[in-house]
Amino acid sequence: MNEKSVALKSISIGDKVKVKRLLASGGIRRRLQDIGVIEGTEIECLHKSPSGDPIAYMIRGAVMALRSEESSQIIVEGCEDYVG
Amino acid sequence: MSDNNNVVIALAGNPNVGKSTIFNKLTGMKQHTGNWPGKTVANARGFFISHGKRYEIVDVPGAYSLSAHSTEEEIARDFICFGEADSVIVVCDATCLERNLNLVLQVLETTSKVVVCINLMDEAIKKRIEIDLKKLEDLLGVRVVATQASNGSGMKELAEAAADAASEPERACRIICPERIEQAVEKLASLMPEGSRARSKWIAMRLMIGDISLELSTQKNLPSFMQMAEEALLDAGISRSELEDEYVYSLIKRAEEISKSCVSTKGATDAIDRKIDRILTSKWLGLPIMLILLGIIFWITIVGANYPSQWLATMLSSLEEKLLALFAWLNAPDWLSGMIVGGAYRVLSWVVSVMLPPMAIFFPLFTILEDFGYLPRVAFNLDSCFKKCSACGKQALTMAMGFGCNAAGVIGCRIIDSPRERLIAIMTNNFVPCNGRFPTILAVITMFFSASYTFSAGSAAIMTLVITCGILLTLGVSKLLSMTILKGVPSSFTLELPPYRKPQVGEIIVRSIFDRTLFVLGRAVISAIPAGIIIWLMTNIHMGDSSLLQLSTGFLNPFAKLLGMDGVILISFILGFPANEIVIPIMIMAYISSGTLTDLSSLPQLKELLIANNWTWLTGICTMTFSLAHWPCSTTCITIYKETRSLRWTLLSIAAPTATGMLLCFLLKSGASLLGF
Repeated sequence: MNEKSVALKSISIGDKVKVKRLLASGGIRRRLQDIGVIEGTEIECLHKSPSGDPIAYMIRGAVMALRSEESSQIIVEGCEDYVG
Repeated sequence: MSDNNNVVIALAGNPNVGKSTIFNKLTGMKQHTGNWPGKTVANARGFFISHGKRYEIVDVPGAYSLSAHSTEEEIARDFICFGEADSVIVVCDATCLERNLNLVLQVLETTSKVVVCINLMDEAIKKRIEIDLKKLEDLLGVRVVATQASNGSGMKELAEAAADAASEPERACRIICPERIEQAVEKLASLMPEGSRARSKWIAMRLMIGDISLELSTQKNLPSFMQMAEEALLDAGISRSELEDEYVYSLIKRAEEISKSCVSTKGATDAIDRKIDRILTSKWLGLPIMLILLGIIFWITIVGANYPSQWLATMLSSLEEKLLALFAWLNAPDWLSGMIVGGAYRVLSWVVSVMLPPMAIFFPLFTILEDFGYLPRVAFNLDSCFKKCSACGKQALTMAMGFGCNAAGVIGCRIIDSPRERLIAIMTNNFVPCNGRFPTILAVITMFFSASYTFSAGSAAIMTLVITCGILLTLGVSKLLSMTILKGVPSSFTLELPPYRKPQVGEIIVRSIFDRTLFVLGRAVISAIPAGIIIWLMTNIHMGDSSLLQLSTGFLNPFAKLLGMDGVILISFILGFPANEIVIPIMIMAYISSGTLTDLSSLPQLKELLIANNWTWLTGICTMTFSLAHWPCSTTCITIYKETRSLRWTLLSIAAPTATGMLLCFLLKSGASLLGF
C-alpha cells in the first residue's frame, strides 16, 4: 500500500493505516468517534467474518467489528511505519 | 446530593470491563456476569460497608461515552450526570486503557468526585502492559486504584477511595477546547443559574452540541437555554458539527497523551487471541465450529442429566407412596390426598426429575462459553445474516441470552441502538427455546427420534438441528417484520470483540447451582402446585358424563388435530403459560387421569403412555415445533410490556410466534397427510 487514500473497507488483512477523514455524519460519526476513530487514529485490519462483512479492526487497543457501511465512510492512508 | 446516612456511589465504565464482577465483590451480591459488552442493562443496586459506614453502590450499564446512543447508554448517562451520585467509580480495562480514558475524561467533566479503577491488572501483566499508576493519578487529578476483581485484590482500597471521594469538595476538571469554543462555553455557562461552575460549563457544552436526550434530562427552562445555546454558537461562528468534532477531538487527543505517558507495552501482546479469532471466525470453520460447540454442550447435558434424572424420579415416586400412606394414616379425605399428592406433588416431582437436571447442567456450560468471550464472536459470525434481514448483529447476543431465559433476552435487547431493530429482536426472542422449554424438546427427542435412550450423540445432533431451526425462524420472522410492520434499513453497527478470558469455572458452577437451580425450583413450585391442583380439579369435576378436562380437551381436539397435536397437548401449553417447565408434567397428568397408566418414573414409561394416547413421530415433531414457536411465558410477556411500554407491541409479540408455530404445525400435519402418513 502507498500513501494513496482509500476507504477502510478496502484494505487487506494485516494492513496498518491511519485515518485521514471521517465521511460519516450524525449518529454513525459519533459512534465511531466514541470508540476513538478520529483523524490520525491508527487502525489495523485483523480478520473477516465468514461472509466477509463485518470485519474486525484493532482500534486503540480494542478489537472492534465494523460493517462495510461504516468502514466505507472512513478514509485512510498507509501508515508511515507500515512495513510490507 | 443525598443525605449523610445514604451515600450513593455509581459504578461506571466501558462495556465489558468487569463492572459486574467488581459490583459482586464489593457487595457480596450475585449479579450475573459474562464476557460480552452489554451484560448489565439496568441499574443494579447493592450496599457495602467501609469503616463502619454503609454505602449504596449502583452498577450502571456500560457506555463508551456520555453522549447516549442506546437506551442502556442513556440510563448510564442519566445516572452519572443527574442521578445524584455522591461519587463515581469509573472502571477501566487495564489492557485497553486509552479507549477507556475517553469516558474517564468525560465523567471528570461532570464531577471531580471520581475514583479511577484500573481493573483486569492480571491480564495486563500477562500481556506485558505496564501502567504508571502514580503518573496517571497526577495527570487525572483523582485517585487511581489497581484491581483484579476476579480474585478480589484491590477491592478494599477501591471501597475506601470511593467513600473518601464522596466527601471531597467538588473541583473543576474540564477538557480545554480551542479558544473560541471555550469563550462560547464560558459565556453560556455564566447565564445559567446556580450550581457548580464545572458542571454548568459541561451542561453549556452539551447544550451547544445539541444532545437532545440531555434536554429531556435537565428539563427546566429548556427552550430558553436551547435558544441561548444556538445564539452562543452563532456568535462564535462555529457550526454544531464543527463544535462536536472539536470537542471529541480534544477528548481523544487528551486520552492519547495520558495513555502515551503512562502506559508502556513490551512486545506482541495478543497473538494468541488473534489466532483463536482466526479459527473461530474463519470463513469455512466459523459456522461449523459454532454448531459443533452447541452440539457438544447438548451432548454433555443429555449424558449428564440421565443419571440424576432417573435417581430423582425413583426417589420422588417412592416418596409419593409414603405421602399417600401418610394421608391415609391421617384419615384425610380422598379429594384432599388426590389434589395434593395426585395433583400438586406429582406435577412438581416431574418438574424436578425431568426438567431440572438438564437445566442445571446446560446453564453453567453455556455460562462457561459466555465467560470465555465466545458470544460476541457468534454475533460477529452471524451479523451478515441479520443484516440481510435488516436487523442488528447484536440480536445474536440477545438471542443467546434467550437460551437462559427469554425475559432476560428481552431486557438484553436494550443493547440494540435502533428502536426498530430492538423491537424486531424483542418480538423474535421467543424463537430460541429458553432453559424451561429446552428439556421439553429434549424429552420428545429422546423418546421419539433417538435410536435408543442411551444414544446421546444422536439426540444432541437433533437438538442442534432444532436450535438451528429456531435461529432460522428468528431470521425469517425478522426479515418478514422488517418488510412489513417494521420497515427500515439496517442502522450502524459497531461491536467490540473483547479479549478471551479464562472462565471462572468453579464460581460459575457454584453460582448456577445455588442461584439458578434454586430459582428455577422456586418458580416451579409456585407454578406447578396450582397447575397440578387445577388439572386434578378438572379431571375430578364432572359435568354430565364427562370431566371438565375431557370437555375442554374435547373442545380443543378438532383444532389441535389440525396442528398435528391433540387437545391435551394444547391445554398443557395453555396451562404452562406461567412457566414452560410444567408443560410436559401437565401433559402427563392429563393423560394419566384418563386412566391408562399409573406408575411413571422414566422416559421409556412416558413414551408408552404417550403412544397409548396415539402419539406418533409426527405428534412429536409438531409438539417440538409448537414448543419452539408459541406465546412467550407470562414473565416474558410482562417484561415485553415493560420494555416496549406498548400493549400493541406486546400483543404482536405474542401473536407473531404463535401464528408462526400454528402455521408450521398445520403445514407439517397437512404435508404428512398428503404424503400418506
